[in-house]
Amino acid sequence: MSAGGLLSWGNHPRFPQVPTACHWRGDLPAALSAARQESGTTLAYGAGMSYGDSCLAASDRVLHMRPLDRFLDADWSAGVLTAEAGVTLEDILAAAVPHGWFLSVTPGTKYATLGGAIANDVHGKNHHRRGTFGRHVRRFGLLRSDTGRATCSLHEQPELFSATIGGLGLTGLIEWAEIQLMPIRSSRIEAVTQRFDDLDEFFALSAELDERHEFCVSWIDCLAKGKATGRGIYTAGDFAAEGALAVERPRKLTVPFTPPVSLVNGLSLRAFNALYARRAPAARSRTTLGYDPFFYPLDAILKWNRIYGPKGFQQYQALIPEREARAGIHALLTAVAESGTGSFLAVLKRCGDMPSPGLLSFPMQGTSLALDFPQSHALEATLLPRLDAVVRETGGRIYPAKDAHMRGEDFRHSYPSWKQIERLRDPALMSRFWRRVTQ
Amino acid sequence: MKRVLIIGATSGIAMACARVWAGQGASFFLVARSAEKLEALASDLRVRGACAVRLRQMDANDTAAHPGMVEAVVQALGAIDIALIAHGTLPAQSACEADPLLALGELTTNATSVIALLIALANQFESQRHGAIAVITSVAGDRGRPSNYLYGSAKAAVSVFCEGLRARLFKSDVSLIDIRPGFVATPMTEGLALPTRLVAQPETVARRIVAGIERKADVLYAPAFWALIMLIIRNIPRSIFKRMNL
Repeated sequence: MSAGGLLSWGNHPRFPQVPTACHWRGDLPAALSAARQESGTTLAYGAGMSYGDSCLAASDRVLHMRPLDRFLDADWSAGVLTAEAGVTLEDILAAAVPHGWFLSVTPGTKYATLGGAIANDVHGKNHHRRGTFGRHVRRFGLLRSDTGRATCSLHEQPELFSATIGGLGLTGLIEWAEIQLMPIRSSRIEAVTQRFDDLDEFFALSAELDERHEFCVSWIDCLAKGKATGRGIYTAGDFAAEGALAVERPRKLTVPFTPPVSLVNGLSLRAFNALYARRAPAARSRTTLGYDPFFYPLDAILKWNRIYGPKGFQQYQALIPEREARAGIHALLTAVAESGTGSFLAVLKRCGDMPSPGLLSFPMQGTSLALDFPQSHALEATLLPRLDAVVRETGGRIYPAKDAHMRGEDFRHSYPSWKQIERLRDPALMSRFWRRVTQ
Repeated sequence: MKRVLIIGATSGIAMACARVWAGQGASFFLVARSAEKLEALASDLRVRGACAVRLRQMDANDTAAHPGMVEAVVQALGAIDIALIAHGTLPAQSACEADPLLALGELTTNATSVIALLIALANQFESQRHGAIAVITSVAGDRGRPSNYLYGSAKAAVSVFCEGLRARLFKSDVSLIDIRPGFVATPMTEGLALPTRLVAQPETVARRIVAGIERKADVLYAPAFWALIMLIIRNIPRSIFKRMNL
């Protein structure tokens, strides 16, 4: 925790949250009603890995769920695990991998909590095969300030179940959850890497390789202009068919303090992107690596968000529907390259058509692009509105878990189910995001 | 396979230690006041690799219950490889200054109940002739500071008792580790205005404790830098110390 209170991962917007630590499930009802009485509304805060303001309470008073991190049960013959909401994905892997199980769906960080993964219905490199995290949630316990405790699944309280998956933590406190894991025979990944020179090549590669591999993702050089627009590196992978089942705990580096200004600028971006592009050979190449560097390359540098300085940064993640994907992604990349702002981490991923049980889930069939930008006035005044226009025209949408700027009209238009969430919202819960886009 | 007894098992530091031992496949006998919290902890340790977990509800201040508890542990585990005494409270110094009865109650929880447990356990360990007893005291016991000398004097009493008991048990091949944590982010220290840079995570402290027990340390500051801080604090001349508000 920073001295001044909890923030979101992007350190923007800067509204320090005052936490009440929740250590025991038995204490939650009292904590929830105390927060309600003293602050009007509150919000569950997990590991704070959401980028924008979806994990910040409108009252700036949060219930800190991270300490609620106990496992409740594990059936290693069936791969069913039950845990409290504050358990991190890292904790789950440490317990499950030696037994031959892995998260069915994992996002790009293992530091997120189980509760956060459900509330944001996170997705990962295997979306085209297994959909979102919510598809692998069997049941969870929900505590509401008005109706008390309930167990939710597809069969019990189905309405609350689908409203809570991707429901941004607004429908009640997720106390615990039972998830289905995925069997693995080795914890190593066999990866295929190939460079592509433009977007057409990306879509061709994706069409050829996505269906043959469990995991697929691409990095894009978003500084490339003109004919080179959309050049990048495509990576696919699968768990090896045999090998050791080892929990990986690589040594971590930490960014020790927040520099006074952002270290991300035109010069460092150009150097990084040029170096990164050269890392991958032009021809298709195969390697075997551990699950940690494959899924969580950024976790290797703890607190990397500090490199953006005290003003923080915004991540822009948009999904363009299948039919418009080629043109939409091209328009987004052109706008970014012309702005010169650029991004270290431009990630491109084709999402499949598997529906999520969640009402407010972000992924749908199409192509998703994620970009990080240092926070600045110019960013919000010029580039983001231009990107938003592309997303609007192509019928796409923006990921609330990453968002700190989306216009209310855009949110309500692209997520028509928001009204159901609002109807089922616990009156004691309100986030800064929700207030911004619905009121 | 380690057989581990923990008294005050639901305290923040004890739970973090238990998770490390669970990862090594230990068998547990856990003692605490709340049956509900014990159950929650037990299921967590089982998933993390514990071989067996047995529970007993007991208030450490109920000294009459101590011998029966030790008997039950021996019956359940056969012998005890590690006993960790971790229960305790952190009273507000100002409240203890206003209320002698409260002060005595805190002394019971943090000193006399611990000493009573040590007496009961020492006899068991002496007869089994192996194992380690670990007691969580505090850096606060190193010197009576105006901000928390009631808590400090309770911990100091335990530390002095341990010094003598360690020399007695040494002859029976039993080690006694006096663990002196500094500021640790646990429910006990929640809400206190502590210097952020000095606050350690329970997982960090737990790794040091488990390793310290393994190598049969005598006194263990956790994290290690507290040894230096306390060396300085212990050596401040009294004429200056009494003018300070540490």
